[in-house]
Amino acid sequence: MSLDTISAEAPAYNFAYLDEQTKRMIRRAILKGIAIPGYQVPFASREMPMPYGWGTGGMQVTAAIIGPDDILKVIDQGSDDTTNAVAIRNFFKRTAGVAMTFRTADASIIQTRHRIPEEKLRSDQVLVFQVPIPEPLRFLEPRETETRKMHALSEYGLMHVKLYEDIAHHGHIATTYAYPVMVENRYVMDPSPIPKFDNPKLDNTPALQLFGAGREKRIYALPPYTRVKSLDFEDHPFSVQDWPDTQCAMCGATGVYFDEVILNDLGERMFVCSDSDYCEHRQEAGHFGAEHASYKERMK
Amino acid sequence: MNASEPLVRVEGLTHYYGNHLGCRDVGFELYESEVLAVVGESGSGKTTLLNCLSTQIVPTSGKVMYRFRDGHVENLFDMSEAEQRVLLRTDWGFVMQNPRDGLRMGVSAGANVGERLMSVGNRHYGNIRKTALDWLERVEIDPTRIDDSPRTFSGGMQQRLQIARNLVTSPRLVFMDEPTGGLDVSVQARLLDLIRRIVADLGLSIVIVTHDLAVARLLSDRIIVMKNGKIIEQGLTDQVLDDPHQPYTQLLVSSILQVGA
Amino acid sequence: MYVAVKGGEKAIANAHRLFAAKRRGDAGLPGLSVEQIVNQLSFAVDRVMGEGSLYDRELAAIAIRQAQGDLIEAIFLVRAYRTTLPRFGYSVALETAEMRIARRISATFKDLPGGQMLGPTFDYSHRLIDFALDADAPAEEPARSASGAEEMANIPRVIDLIGADGMMEEDPAPREDGSVGDLTREPLDFPADRDLRLQNLARGDEGFLLALGYSTQRGYARTHPFVGEIRMGEVEVGFFAEELGFEVTVGRVTVTECQMINQFTGSARMKPKFTRGYGLVFGHAERKAMSMSLVDRALRWKELGEEAGAAAQDEEFVLSHSDNIQASGFVEHLKLPHYVDFQAELDLIRTLHRDAETRAEGATNREAAE
Repeated sequence: MSLDTISAEAPAYNFAYLDEQTKRMIRRAILKGIAIPGYQVPFASREMPMPYGWGTGGMQVTAAIIGPDDILKVIDQGSDDTTNAVAIRNFFKRTAGVAMTFRTADASIIQTRHRIPEEKLRSDQVLVFQVPIPEPLRFLEPRETETRKMHALSEYGLMHVKLYEDIAHHGHIATTYAYPVMVENRYVMDPSPIPKFDNPKLDNTPALQLFGAGREKRIYALPPYTRVKSLDFEDHPFSVQDWPDTQCAMCGATGVYFDEVILNDLGERMFVCSDSDYCEHRQEAGHFGAEHASYKERMK
Repeated sequence: MNASEPLVRVEGLTHYYGNHLGCRDVGFELYESEVLAVVGESGSGKTTLLNCLSTQIVPTSGKVMYRFRDGHVENLFDMSEAEQRVLLRTDWGFVMQNPRDGLRMGVSAGANVGERLMSVGNRHYGNIRKTALDWLERVEIDPTRIDDSPRTFSGGMQQRLQIARNLVTSPRLVFMDEPTGGLDVSVQARLLDLIRRIVADLGLSIVIVTHDLAVARLLSDRIIVMKNGKIIEQGLTDQVLDDPHQPYTQLLVSSILQVGA
Repeated sequence: MYVAVKGGEKAIANAHRLFAAKRRGDAGLPGLSVEQIVNQLSFAVDRVMGEGSLYDRELAAIAIRQAQGDLIEAIFLVRAYRTTLPRFGYSVALETAEMRIARRISATFKDLPGGQMLGPTFDYSHRLIDFALDADAPAEEPARSASGAEEMANIPRVIDLIGADGMMEEDPAPREDGSVGDLTREPLDFPADRDLRLQNLARGDEGFLLALGYSTQRGYARTHPFVGEIRMGEVEVGFFAEELGFEVTVGRVTVTECQMINQFTGSARMKPKFTRGYGLVFGHAERKAMSMSLVDRALRWKELGEEAGAAAQDEEFVLSHSDNIQASGFVEHLKLPHYVDFQAELDLIRTLHRDAETRAEGATNREAAE
């Protein structure tokens, strides 16, 4: 038998790729994270068959909690059909064979990168975040030994120094995504690079929220109904992005997070819902925006 | 609370770096609103002593008893690192010789002064800014420079900013390590004058390490002379400098007089 | 034009097909066999085994072929496969003094017990492109020593020769319970002990370590290194089988070991003597083993009571950035869509512009009123 034929035998992988011992290790980290909301639990992150930085932390968390009866939804930038979401969905299709859905309401586990769905989540759902840099203090203090100490001692003055600088120089806080939050008055946490628009959705949510950072080897969690407060000053309260007078060009929605789409080289643009499932759901229910008709026409 | 009790009582403080002696069997007391100068040549152990007192290094043996605001007295080295760090950013200040080591050079002057306020829980931007402006004025920095980076400040201004940053939360005890070390003589004089005024206003307790007897004479109430890691003479500053008993102290004093003459 | 909301899935499937076609190239040419890669691209195979931290020549070759010669991608394939393998246990420590040596040189002694053995190397050749190289022609038969390779085992390590005089620091004592850290099973914690540091460096990117090692030679954490010894060859891997109650040999691996000897003038903690930096890498990988030993030595500043301040001495910096799989993943993740965050930033810049315009208008109005 030549080496080339040996290599053709496909190795069998465990359900959801990771071996059971690894899953147990990750579950222990998750449980610890749930017990100490907002605290970053170090875990022995495994090499995944996807590159670090492409959601390996979220994938390991999902792989550790998923069962054959789960229904999985994967989104990136709010959409089910962006490249990374497709790749991760295919990975679980191949290794776990569980049911997949685009519908937020139908999913039992939602793995996400950079967004929280517009639709309110329920207590029987788990939201899994992909996290690139879990340490909210990292860009103020690059040393892990020091930041862990700062968390242990609740030394968070530095975090407000950053916000102070924003106001002093720009008149308001200039952090727009990955906006740091205080969890249960104890740990400052990075909510992953979601737009600050989504920050209020973290607070007091019925769903369990899990955060996985593969490259940085950290897991953290927000148990259901956790108090999550975005950092601010009394006289410069936290506020979210809003688009006054803007409607989704496809479904007419207002008060949601928008993607800006450039239509042509004259700089014409339209705004559409970032949450693609939410948008389609509305269109199916008969809500239409200004560009809906012409877009459908073009797509024919 | 009994103010006649010392704020700090140091007993048998000894530190070795491996086999190399840092300081040996140092003992003294520091009272509230008292300025204590530690003088000696480089290598005499004065910086080691300062780093031990401020819990930056753990001494090989000995105690530093500290009286807290509530009156209870505790050995600093029986405290957890967490408690030590809280002390460092509330009750204490530390003014370093090089202001770049003591300042956050990446953020504005206002943020430098405001950081301690924020770290003790102040969450009102307007108030933090107002306090920062007040302090800039107190240390004679033009308040319109509040949003400028300390990088754009002169050495003297940086040192004054470092002092403001340390004093903004009204600490009880401030450590200073050659605070005028890297400055021109004229700038030094202005800074010393400023320190003297603020210390008197606030009633601070200070431990200042210096090799410059003129600085010690100007600022301190009492003085400790160190040589080879040990205290060789201590007492009221004027007494020690006017009538030094130890030959080494006499040498130090005479050398400064020669320079002065 | 507005990109269709659906369609990502189809586009990805086609990207995979295009990539497969690119890999195969001109179908008129014979495809690469794994044997060819194992035999003729041995340095590539060795690097993939080393940084993939899995000793399997065939697997490395398959990965190189699949990755179209992109070695970091091949290392990634090997690593991702490696994580899925069950862990039976840990081998006993390799005994490199009992290596069947293929190459062994020392820069510190002209001659020494066991002698200098040049072996296969680039070192003494002129780097001229050989336009006439006939890839199919058999290489000229090299001379072999009459004694045969088997007897080359048990050549003492140079370090042990000097160590006999007490001029060389001793081998570090193993932990009392004999345990060794495993950074593929436990998250790295700082400060890290030397076992974890060496593990990290052995898996680390050759280019990164080369640059750091080079920086120590140029004065950033100068350690005055001498190559005490580089030896390359096969060593036996022993495994203590609990069931049997004795050690069995499970195979042989080729490794390159570098013992760097560094001048050391003593400190508060240690009297003057030679110190060592250590490098051990799978396969024939001298550049990597040497770089590793330079960086290992630089990282030991604390234990030896030296001054620190250079990049190569910064444990968190070195260990956190040495892994090319982590590094390339995170650098390349910037290709993923970021439009949600970009939108947030766009919105912020617009707001700041509006604020500035409002302020400017206010100023003009005030002037007009005066």
